[in-house]
Amino acid sequence: MKGRYGVAVATLLAMAVPVAVTGSEGSGAGGGSAPGTDFVSMLFVFMLATFIGIGVIMRVSRLLHTPLMSLTNAISAIAVVGSLVITGGDHPTFITIMGAVALFASMTNIVSGFLITDRMLKMFKKQERSQP
Amino acid sequence: MSGPAIQIAYLLSTALFIFALHWMNHPRTARRAVLAGVAAMALAMIGTLLGFHVVNWDWIAGAVALSFVVGIPLSWVPLTAVPQRTALSHAFGGLAAGLVGTAKYYLWLSEGPENLTPFRVMAIVVEIILGFLTLTGSLMAAGKLQEVRWIPQRPVTYRFQNQSNLGLLGIAVACGILVVLRPVEFSYLFPVIIGLALLFGVLLVIPIGGADMPTVISLLNSYAGLSAVAMGFVLDNKLLVTAGALDGSSGLILSIIMCRAMNRSFTNVLFGAFGKAQAVAASAETRTVKTETPEGAALIMEQANHVVIVPGYGMAVAQAQHRVRELYDQLTKRGVDVKFAIHPVAGRMPGHMNVLLAEVNIPYDKLVEMDDLNPDMPQTDVVLVVGANDVVNPAARYDKTSPIYGMPIIDADKAQMCFAIKRSMRPGFAGIENELYYADRTFMLFGDAKAVVGDLVKQLAESGAAHGVPAAAAAAR
Repeated sequence: MKGRYGVAVATLLAMAVPVAVTGSEGSGAGGGSAPGTDFVSMLFVFMLATFIGIGVIMRVSRLLHTPLMSLTNAISAIAVVGSLVITGGDHPTFITIMGAVALFASMTNIVSGFLITDRMLKMFKKQERSQP
Repeated sequence: MSGPAIQIAYLLSTALFIFALHWMNHPRTARRAVLAGVAAMALAMIGTLLGFHVVNWDWIAGAVALSFVVGIPLSWVPLTAVPQRTALSHAFGGLAAGLVGTAKYYLWLSEGPENLTPFRVMAIVVEIILGFLTLTGSLMAAGKLQEVRWIPQRPVTYRFQNQSNLGLLGIAVACGILVVLRPVEFSYLFPVIIGLALLFGVLLVIPIGGADMPTVISLLNSYAGLSAVAMGFVLDNKLLVTAGALDGSSGLILSIIMCRAMNRSFTNVLFGAFGKAQAVAASAETRTVKTETPEGAALIMEQANHVVIVPGYGMAVAQAQHRVRELYDQLTKRGVDVKFAIHPVAGRMPGHMNVLLAEVNIPYDKLVEMDDLNPDMPQTDVVLVVGANDVVNPAARYDKTSPIYGMPIIDADKAQMCFAIKRSMRPGFAGIENELYYADRTFMLFGDAKAVVGDLVKQLAESGAAHGVPAAAAAAR
């Protein structure tokens, strides 16, 4: 069982390797604002966050797997940050429209995701109170 | 707000997200999790908006207003429709990621190709492939779960399905590599990648049957998270990477749990096409089952010491959870010990049954995991199967030709007696005959789950009022 999670982590890391290769090339050839060190620190962040995620999620009560999914759904709507940057910037109209649609989609997930998670958790909480 | 201040806001936001997930480990602290999540999201959004010169406030306000109009009603769906809603919101997540990636590509293309470093383009390609395949795949899954008419419920299979699907993905990846190498010359390939990703999402989900939906939904959850990670790499934003990684690992773990609960591998779920054994099952000779009336079943359950209820998707479809609660009350009142056996893949998403039973206030210490309850099965007097099917099929233990062979099941057949509520003898979603229904100690209660459980409750209530039905009546059976 532990091996399986090891495989999962290894897969995630393996996905990052090709990114790493092109990234380090990019810093030399492309210049721009994606220097190699910064990019490696992003990989560090990604890896550590994945480990924390796995550690935390494995302890989530099985009772709460459905609310967990709607909660993580709302959390993954963090894409709202990207959507805001695209929508708010001074860009051609078609870019702004794409950004606004993305903003609408991710905000909808945030609103409905948190509300429905809370609605489901209230049911568990209600019991907690009624039972001494 | 200056650069470091924004980064600090993002840092706090990340910490709050981690706390949110941490507090989900017990129902007692779980509601705090939502508060932490909302606070984290608010911090992230405010930090972002203050961080750069916003021009289009009108567009932002419009999109946000519209999202409240759509999002609030979406959170009122009945709990039985939660799997569809979840799939739909994965689609929204995929759409957002895909659009941001696309917008960023064309923006950099027009502003100056020197912005399109191989690393950024690679991240964009990963983001749009994941985003758009999540969009159509989740829409298909939501359609299947909602039982939309023009989306086939049963797995759709054809020859060379896996080969052609993988070929399609291969072409998309190849186009992606070309765009990474020559982002300007091959810019016409960019829409091609989007199209292929959209198509691949549809083709990925159509061969998957309803019984595998919990795994697929978890997997799409993971993809939505990973596309946010890719967006983080594109925009050089650590908050996106952390939050996306938390979501990605959550989806991954849930799918691993679901796969283990079915004793199947990822590849088997994705490429195994569950429906293939249907022809074999249909050819089996017609066997007879024993039926029982609700009156008789009520009498026997009343006399029992230990009753185990096995809920399944049928309970959700029939909205029978409220009647199940009344049955629980009636039996508990008589001193019968009632427990619920929860199979990890019962229903259409992880934890589906737990939420439905929590809705009707069944104490959650009565919801017992399959592994904890199975050893007690031989001492259980009556098992009542409410709309569950494959998860109680004993063929999983011995029939090597069965598609569900090896899947851990709830040992309903080992109990002293078993009642199974079912609408008809039609095989379940997976299209497999259930050996349990033909077993010696199994009696069928035909009808809609809600109606049958309602009848049971009525019988128990009446006999309770009449005070004491002769035990002999039950013993005679």
